[in-house]
Amino acid sequence: MTDYNDLIFEISRPGRIAADLPKSDVAFVDLARKFPNHLIRKTAAELPEVSEPQLMRHYTALSNKNFGVDNGFYPLGSCTMKYNPKINEDVARLPGFANIHPFQPAQTVQGAFELMYELQEDLKTISGMDALTLQPAAGAQGEWTGLIMMKAYHQANGEGTTRTKILVPDSAHGTNPSSAFIAGFDVVEIPSTKDGTVDLEELKKQVGSDTAGLMLTNPNTLGLFEKEILAMSEIIHGVGGLLYYDGANLNAIMGKTTPGAMGFDIVHLNLHKSFSTPHGGGGPGSGPVGVKSFLAPYLPIPQIEKQEGRFMLNANYPLSIGRVKGYYGNFGVNVRAYTYIRTMGPDGLRQVSESAVLHANYLRDRLAPYFTVSHAQFCKHEFVLSGIKQKKLGVPTKDMAKRLLDFGYYAPTVYFPLIVEEAMMIEPTETETKETLDAFADTLIQIAKEVEETPELVLEAPHHTPVKRIDEVQAARKLVLVYDKSIEK
Amino acid sequence: MANDFRYLPDTDQDQKDMLAALNISSVDALFADLPNEIRLQEPLAIPAAVPESILMKKMRELANKNKDANRYSLFLGAGTYDHYIPSVVDHVISRSEFYTAYTPYQAEASQGELQAIFEFQTMICELTGMDAANSSLYDGFTAIGEAATLAIRSTKRSKVVVSKGVHPQGREVLTTVSAGFGYAVDEIKQDGDTTDLQDLIEKVDQQTAAVIVQYPNFFGSVEDLAEIKAIAEAQKALFIVVANPLALALLESPGNLGADIVVGDTQPLGLAMSFGGPHCGYFAVKKKYVRKLPGRIVGQTVDKDGKRGFVLTLQTREQHIKREKATSNMSSNQALNALASAVFMSALGKEGIRQMAQLNIEKADYMARLLEEKGFSVNNQAPFFNEFVVELPFSVRQTNEKLLENRFIGGYDLEKEYGLRNHMLLAVTEQRTKEEIEAFVGVLEGMINDRLQ
Repeated sequence: MTDYNDLIFEISRPGRIAADLPKSDVAFVDLARKFPNHLIRKTAAELPEVSEPQLMRHYTALSNKNFGVDNGFYPLGSCTMKYNPKINEDVARLPGFANIHPFQPAQTVQGAFELMYELQEDLKTISGMDALTLQPAAGAQGEWTGLIMMKAYHQANGEGTTRTKILVPDSAHGTNPSSAFIAGFDVVEIPSTKDGTVDLEELKKQVGSDTAGLMLTNPNTLGLFEKEILAMSEIIHGVGGLLYYDGANLNAIMGKTTPGAMGFDIVHLNLHKSFSTPHGGGGPGSGPVGVKSFLAPYLPIPQIEKQEGRFMLNANYPLSIGRVKGYYGNFGVNVRAYTYIRTMGPDGLRQVSESAVLHANYLRDRLAPYFTVSHAQFCKHEFVLSGIKQKKLGVPTKDMAKRLLDFGYYAPTVYFPLIVEEAMMIEPTETETKETLDAFADTLIQIAKEVEETPELVLEAPHHTPVKRIDEVQAARKLVLVYDKSIEK
Repeated sequence: MANDFRYLPDTDQDQKDMLAALNISSVDALFADLPNEIRLQEPLAIPAAVPESILMKKMRELANKNKDANRYSLFLGAGTYDHYIPSVVDHVISRSEFYTAYTPYQAEASQGELQAIFEFQTMICELTGMDAANSSLYDGFTAIGEAATLAIRSTKRSKVVVSKGVHPQGREVLTTVSAGFGYAVDEIKQDGDTTDLQDLIEKVDQQTAAVIVQYPNFFGSVEDLAEIKAIAEAQKALFIVVANPLALALLESPGNLGADIVVGDTQPLGLAMSFGGPHCGYFAVKKKYVRKLPGRIVGQTVDKDGKRGFVLTLQTREQHIKREKATSNMSSNQALNALASAVFMSALGKEGIRQMAQLNIEKADYMARLLEEKGFSVNNQAPFFNEFVVELPFSVRQTNEKLLENRFIGGYDLEKEYGLRNHMLLAVTEQRTKEEIEAFVGVLEGMINDRLQ
């Protein structure tokens, strides 16, 4: 068969359908008599008309053009693409979890509340926090939730208008500054030192009575542990600011330390990163937020509580920032994370972090002679290589990333963190075998050789993917965001 | 570090080999940079690991503590609905090439995801009558917040007005969002079951960035978008419509009635209720606002050989490039759920989705008439889609308890948010049979008879 390249609209033929609905067992209703004429739809929405087998083949063909963790190694730094256990999927689909309505009376959803309550307890322990909400839908929403709480706290202390600044290291995830902006703060960037950690002297210069807080991930996005975290905590708390933990890199420290022990006041967790829930090609995720007890009154409502052995919702928190998402967050994702935590237990989670860190260091060590390593010291769960040598030979990092696709690997995160030139950020995770790490290292080393010997092979990559190099510039200039029959395939 | 965990592949030998390569004797050396004061001295105080077979049993027991819509007949809606989901939907999203993928940063290895989302964007535009849609937001409620923020930023005005006919939780999220961003939210009263147009005229002024209404509204009634558009337009405020996408199969599209932004949740289109999440917010705009769309957007382009291909586009507005100047901080979306809704829309197709919407109208209509026949009063004056408000001679809590005894999950209590005592919001989808509807009404009748005796 030839490559399948159709859009579902192109295989559509009037009169086909891939679903069967029951015939109506009640009286016919004539729309023209029920609704005013101008509120009745005149032309049907042009949805595709296909049969069930056609539909399955269409989407199966699309899935064959998609790369997931089950297809192969996904070394996407800071995204923690670990294996997604299958039991998680089975559990989330149990009718008692999938087919319950968020507004059912509390006595009919005790199992769901129990799971949420226990997950909260587990996540509090893992993060070292005193109180927690499961409501945020993703890490970035967690960041924003934490920042709004920070704002509410300063407001309650009469400092709402004066504490306007959020400090963010230059190595931070892009969501940190944008969440701070959307929460209504001014962003102040703190430079890193040569050794890749926050410059304490610069931090001291920037803090003051206008500091609302500092956002940090530890280990940071260079994969390095911020050893001076307690000193940073003292500096921030010393001026009345709060310390916010971005949980994107939690996979490196589970069972070894906690953000709470490091002095953080607020933390968000990315359940799809650290707790193995799949990311579905961009989502759903889940971004619970934990806080130290003095911030608990500001958590979003409702909160789940246990009273006399029964679980219930409590919205009676007058200082709460309110609601940040519908219902109780991404419950189905939370079911998966809960299942994972029960599968691993305390020893398993500690081993996850140990293996993730060992794997990262081993892989880094194998690649170090061929690329430029951003920092010499041991890394945590991820590391950053620079393709500066290869760039000088005329092959930028983005092209090496594309070449990796030819060998059946996904590409690392490229051009991030912004402070490393030609950055390639690699995170192997704990679920890859040593054989995979070796094979991947061999491949990247081969690509480095190709850069020297046959650069055009790399510059023209990928060669073996369903499409060749995609023209991103045309996509942005000549915007085509919906199907247009007049454009040829 | 023995290999006791099935997701962890390292053998003792692997570990030894890797440590040897690194010239260290134990993994601890890799954690030497953790100051002593912050190291955990004890294992995490969480329950010990449970083997798969036992865990599965425990999880089933936990799930069975819930009364689910497979075993109970559900008449509860209020933003989340029990609709038919064709089997193909779960089969497609269970393909691990889709669900184990990350955000498609490398287009060449992610054409399947990108094309499916491009098709989703097209279908959402077809239903809403808009020019462009994104690849989804967290849910319909957070999409309202993003829409309001877009309006505030593009008009440089200081407030939005929102009808009380918008879902209470949508208004709550909007209030939280506005507090962070620093703009005002004015609520418009209800006149019976629809937006009070007089109040709207009074509250929309030159500082109003947007007028936000829901279609059908929280009471199930279909607002007259044409009249509301005229009021918004008179003050050059944007018109934001929060729409149930299933209802749009038969109702005139908001785009054709003057909406600038249409948002909502695709849960009615093939997504499990899942206790309120994950669902999938959609966000669609007229051409003028394309470059202000929040979140990820898939665009069509060509590859090096001129062959059609798809890619994330307009990323220069995003957090990883613009950082603190980004249009939104969203990094994740609900792509897998957007895919589920795309499969659902493809399965039902042009005719099927109309049939389903028609069934909803007919079943809800049948139940409302039956209730009226039995002497209950239905509050809706405007035409309604698949939800309506009924006044009961009992408290909603009492009624729901009685219904539960008869394996029904009753409606939503409108007292707390609307002060409507003994008023229940009932949803009747195509899943409810005539027999179920009659039995449900029978329970209410029985309650009256018991009291009369």
